[in-house]
Amino acid sequence: MDRKNAMSLEFDSRSENESFARIVVAAFAAQLNPTIEEIADIKTAVSEAVTNSIIHGYEGKEGKITLSCSIDGNTIHVMVVDHGKGIADIKQAMEPLYTSKPEMERSGMGFAFMEAFMDELEVISTVNEGTTVTMTKTIQEINLFS
Amino acid sequence: METSKDKTISTKMGANMELRGRSLLIQITKELDHHNAVIIREKADQLIDRNSVKQIIFDFANSEFMDSSGIGVIMGRYKKIIFTGGKVAVTNVNASIDRIFKLSGLYKIIDKYATIEEALSK
Repeated sequence: MDRKNAMSLEFDSRSENESFARIVVAAFAAQLNPTIEEIADIKTAVSEAVTNSIIHGYEGKEGKITLSCSIDGNTIHVMVVDHGKGIADIKQAMEPLYTSKPEMERSGMGFAFMEAFMDELEVISTVNEGTTVTMTKTIQEINLFS
Repeated sequence: METSKDKTISTKMGANMELRGRSLLIQITKELDHHNAVIIREKADQLIDRNSVKQIIFDFANSEFMDSSGIGVIMGRYKKIIFTGGKVAVTNVNASIDRIFKLSGLYKIIDKYATIEEALSK
């Protein structure tokens, strides 16, 4: 399969855009004929990454978030980029149940869900420059006639 | 402003809330993400603080999506009522939301029921 496609968009770091972002990625991923479960996985992962940028990256302040997706064969790559405050200790941030904002009732499960629901997760961050989260998932091909 | 006399609150933006005796029924009507979590938390806490709520039921019959922000909302309400002997339940949970609950370990502290009626009878 030599299917290739890509898209990119930029939006404000407003919480209304969390649903916008996951719907966009779900619609883009639809060309891979994912199952309902695979779509739910991708939507959750995107929601977590974008929410992190809004709450932690920009801490509720105005900023821009870039969402890029590409398709290569049966694999979708999703990249969420912010230019917020960055993560000083990525290892700690990725620990399940760790949250820097318990007062906001954050569960500390964001990165754990991204890891659980996608095949690959990469986090690159520089303090005061921003964070890039890249996630990859391969959609299983279902052959009804096999 | 709502008063304690109001039995039903519709936030329009995430959930319908209704007091049934000492149970607070929160019917999630949209996707439970960070955006809606903030609104639901505020409304729910008004009702919990003004009424001696013993049980909170989060119903997902009209919601198809939840992320870790939903875990935060449920955990937060759980912490509010656990010290007075309160309980939290979830109902009408679809497969993908069920996976989120399982992964987060939330079922260790909250109960799942098929229907609102079943949860209310507990």
